[in-house]
Amino acid sequence: MRLLTHNMLSSNIKGVANGFPLGLEVQKFVEKQVDFNPDFLKNMFPKIEWKALVTAAKTMGYAELPEEVESSMLESEDFLQKFHHALLELHLEEGALICPETGRRFAVTKGIPNMLLHEDEV
Amino acid sequence: MDCNIQIDMHKHSSTTTHEREKANRGMVLSRMPSRIAQIKLISRHTEVYEPCDDSFALVDALLADRTNLLEHRPTICMEVGCGSGYVITSLAIMLGQEVEGLHYFATDINPHAVRVTRETLEAHGVHAEVICDNLASGLERRLEGMIDVMVVNPPYVPTPEDEVGIDGIAAAWAGGENGRSVIDRILPVADKLLSHRGWLYMVTLTANNPGEICSNMRKKGYASRIVVQRSTEEESLHVIKFWRDADVQVQAREPIITDRRPPMSIMETLLSQLPQLPFWGSSRTRDGS
Ligand SMILES: C[S@@+](CC[C@H](N)C(=O)[O-])C[C@H]1O[C@@H](n2cnc3c(N)ncnc32)[C@H](O)[C@@H]1O
Repeated sequence: MRLLTHNMLSSNIKGVANGFPLGLEVQKFVEKQVDFNPDFLKNMFPKIEWKALVTAAKTMGYAELPEEVESSMLESEDFLQKFHHALLELHLEEGALICPETGRRFAVTKGIPNMLLHEDEV
Repeated sequence: MDCNIQIDMHKHSSTTTHEREKANRGMVLSRMPSRIAQIKLISRHTEVYEPCDDSFALVDALLADRTNLLEHRPTICMEVGCGSGYVITSLAIMLGQEVEGLHYFATDINPHAVRVTRETLEAHGVHAEVICDNLASGLERRLEGMIDVMVVNPPYVPTPEDEVGIDGIAAAWAGGENGRSVIDRILPVADKLLSHRGWLYMVTLTANNPGEICSNMRKKGYASRIVVQRSTEEESLHVIKFWRDADVQVQAREPIITDRRPPMSIMETLLSQLPQLPFWGSSRTRDGS
């Protein structure tokens, strides 16, 4: 699971008002090289919750992202490379996503998060 | 849809059709290996839906529309109910990967299916983010309005309502009354997730009443057309493409004035095509029993 996906997932438990961002519990992560496409990054930038990405990247041991961002940074190749690395190249393989409101764990196994809810959660 | 749920007397003949179909695919594929997923590289599991006529029809529809899809330049594509991964893998091979700026998401409610999908993707050297989810419930909030292409081969077989969504392989086909239970839950989700230029490709059966599905979607502002229509021994399948259409949206908002002719784009939608199609009218007796 890429951090792009982490940035797009939220806790969907009934009654949870603020299910984003999910906490990250990392048991195993891998880095995989992904082809760089600056246009994609520029497209996605406005859609990304930046603080959530910074925190998630740090949890995965990557602390190079700036805390504060503005769109002018997209002109910088150096910034785009860091953004690319954090968003697409850090993969959570084993661990969990944690609902920020209830603490409920959503397991991540073989890189696949399981967002299925129990009957009493829907 | 999968042969082993058909009534017994069809069982033998349909199995041989599927085997033949798969053999044919193998031949075609060995000649042009790079266009779609290869049957021999599809991962399998007893609880996971194997690529069948409906899966092939969907991939053929995507291939038929490939030039349009490439011109459309989608950023995010998504499959709901990915099963073996045959369709999302084919789409990723067909349209390209990250280097072209394309990204893929795939969900399935069956935990075996998502694992199998990941293996199928890896066997072909392509990537999609795979999530075990009921439709897209964990993604809906944040991915709203971001999906440019969505593909769905839903559980569409008419079954008793209580078979819908039960564990294991039955969830792959059980569609409840008229096979519409899951379809009718998918459409609002698709409407929410699709971007303003989003396209949806969905497999339906005649028994699902595709005309009504299209008319419901039209009320939400979508035009539609049949991309692939195919009759097998026991079912009549069509892959329908939906897209947001400004004229349809205007029409959907305004009450229709009787003496005004609808604009051409609406005339061209599926709604007006359906009555001319040969299977129209015989749906209940052919598939609905
Ligand atoms: C007909 S199979 C199609 C599989 C594959 N896409 C193909 O074309 O071969 C339907 C798939 O939808 C999945 N499914 C059924 N209900 C679902 C739901 N509520 N959310 C996500 N997936 C679902 C099933 O597990 C099954 O894998």
